[in-house]
Amino acid sequence: MNIRTDIIKPPKQDIFKSGKFRSIVVQIIVMVLVIGSIGWIINNAATNMAANGISHGFAFLWETSFFDIGYLPFIEHTASHTYFNAFIVGLLNTILVAVLGIFLATIVGFLVGIGRLSNNWLVARFCGFYVEALRNIPLLLQLFFWYHAVLRVLPRAKNSLNFGDSFYLNLKGLFLPKPIPEVGFNYVLLIGVFSIISIIFLYFWSKKRQALTGQQFPVFYASLAIFIIPVLIVSFLNNTPMYLEDPVLKGFNFKGGIRLIPELVALLLALSLYTASFIAENVRSGILAINKGQIEAANAVGLKRIPILRLIIIPQAMRVIIPPLTSQYLNLTKNSSLAVAIAYPDLVHVFAGTALMQTGQAVEILAITMSVYLTLSITISLLMNWYNRAMKLKDS
Amino acid sequence: MKISNVLKLFTSILMLSFGTSAIADTLSDTLDRGNVRCGVSQGLPGFSNPDADGNWVGIDVDVCRAVAAAIFGKGGDDKVEYFPVSAKERFTKLTAGEYDILSRNTTWTLSRDAKIGLTFNGVNFYDGQGFMVPKALGVTSALELDGASVCVNTGTTTELNLADFFRANGMSYEPVVFEKADEVLAAYDSGRCDVHTTDKSGLAAQRTKLAQPDEHMVLGETISKEPLGPVTREGDEPWSDIVFWTLNALITWDELGLEAGDALKNIVGDTSQTPEVKRILGVEGDQGGHLGLDKDWAYWALFEVGHYGDMYERHVGANTPLALARAGSPNAGWKNGGLIYAPPIR
Repeated sequence: MNIRTDIIKPPKQDIFKSGKFRSIVVQIIVMVLVIGSIGWIINNAATNMAANGISHGFAFLWETSFFDIGYLPFIEHTASHTYFNAFIVGLLNTILVAVLGIFLATIVGFLVGIGRLSNNWLVARFCGFYVEALRNIPLLLQLFFWYHAVLRVLPRAKNSLNFGDSFYLNLKGLFLPKPIPEVGFNYVLLIGVFSIISIIFLYFWSKKRQALTGQQFPVFYASLAIFIIPVLIVSFLNNTPMYLEDPVLKGFNFKGGIRLIPELVALLLALSLYTASFIAENVRSGILAINKGQIEAANAVGLKRIPILRLIIIPQAMRVIIPPLTSQYLNLTKNSSLAVAIAYPDLVHVFAGTALMQTGQAVEILAITMSVYLTLSITISLLMNWYNRAMKLKDS
Repeated sequence: MKISNVLKLFTSILMLSFGTSAIADTLSDTLDRGNVRCGVSQGLPGFSNPDADGNWVGIDVDVCRAVAAAIFGKGGDDKVEYFPVSAKERFTKLTAGEYDILSRNTTWTLSRDAKIGLTFNGVNFYDGQGFMVPKALGVTSALELDGASVCVNTGTTTELNLADFFRANGMSYEPVVFEKADEVLAAYDSGRCDVHTTDKSGLAAQRTKLAQPDEHMVLGETISKEPLGPVTREGDEPWSDIVFWTLNALITWDELGLEAGDALKNIVGDTSQTPEVKRILGVEGDQGGHLGLDKDWAYWALFEVGHYGDMYERHVGANTPLALARAGSPNAGWKNGGLIYAPPIR
């Protein structure tokens, strides 16, 4: 029999006909085109700006800003500081409102979400109403409502609402007493740190003991005692080395104490209450995703309501809740740029607002601002993904 | 900056990025389009403000109308498209080519002129920054404002002058910075701020909008120089020249003490007029041709809009709600001790 060897022979390797090669070539071409057009846009913008006599580059960051910023809870900024300093102030103010907002929104969101599933008719209806009302009204309107309708009816500084000569509320904000450490406060601080370390040890010890013997230890109350009692004793021995500085009306404004400006309060209320309505729905869906059998089984074992929620429902629900929760945190952070509508000096207001106007360098400033939001969002995403992995069902 | 504004700014930047630098011949573009594109304020009585019928009126609006009349001739003053813009976006949109004249109570400063690609074309109003306070505060001088909360508009020289003033006098203050003039006013009226600051003409205009204007007063101090005038893009000299000389034709006519408007019909035929008058009206010589316009450019600007004095009295003068008397102010003609002065048209 004649065997035709030319058929069995492997076909000649034609590199241009290989699918892998072609896909690499296409990818390279697309990448060159994308990078090329981005480069062309940048080059064209730079050329046009140079032709129109607009200055460009990032050197402006080190120039003197010549403007003041109204709210400086962290670092100083005066007219003689640089634009870069103004940028940092704006960034810190953005982070402040984002962190506080996420904290509040999470608490309110979880309470409302759990409340909506409550057996109590009134609580469930109220939580349902909260969610439907707040998530269906545009955030900007809610912001205006808090700032222009609610906080503007407060009295002027001279007729402030006075709570025990320590707390004052007026159109210019909420004024609180400020704790100021005195000599000897370091001892209190030291003992506090020791207490916290002992509490951590106690926590691990009780976990180990429960695993070995099955006996529970009232960690929470013990921790409270471990923290409060030594701190109180040391404070007393050192004649309470801390005094509260009350705000005092001097001239136009209150001096001393801690101040929350109405712009921050309005922004926080609007952002956290609005986002909480979405978080509440995430929480509700997470809880409803748990098989009814789980709860029945827990009931059968004789667990009470709170331990069921804490030990059975929430840990499982978290797996459903965390991914959409991350989106809500990102939304809240990005929505904080609405601050500009009510004069809260956040990054967009100070940097992409006043600084942009005074320098005229829109391209650079918007690029920086956008990168900052991107970085913030990615950081939140990474943290939440890490948390998500920690909460995930683990194969063992 | 609201999201929509971010988008607008972003498109402006995109225009800068993609647009070729062929935005150089604004005059022929304007002639092709058939109207003058003019950036104005979002509502500042006396300067640029919509009237009851929705037409833009004011001393800044008149500059754009005069330029349009100089370009398009009879009835040309209606061929203006207005773009109300906030203080913050005004320059970006001008340099991106969204409009061709920015006539929006804009202060002439070195950094704006040299750094962000603008050309300033003369001054149509000399202003200065002042402070408004409630009378109940009992303040009589700006030097008593230590510790006050001050409401101010973002993106303005006002914000910088304010910082300078308080720093120079060793006083502290809390700036509360809003994007829109209306928001500044509302915050001041509600009591969020103790002090409202902007140009004095602006304060006079804003005071009329307050719930109880008589309860408020403008302090005597003027803390800055604010020469306001029309702005164009850097790099298109012929267009800037048209704006500059049209404004100065109106000023020259005011200096000459002649009547504008309908009275021009008699003046133009009057052979006994001076050579200067004949030159401006295009009866002799071709000054308009040098600008790339018709001979009678100034005639139509003066016919449709009136001279500088007419503009002033119509919108901000003693008989308007702003009640800013011209005599004795920097806005009087130079012959009367003011600063309004036009280079010769020859």
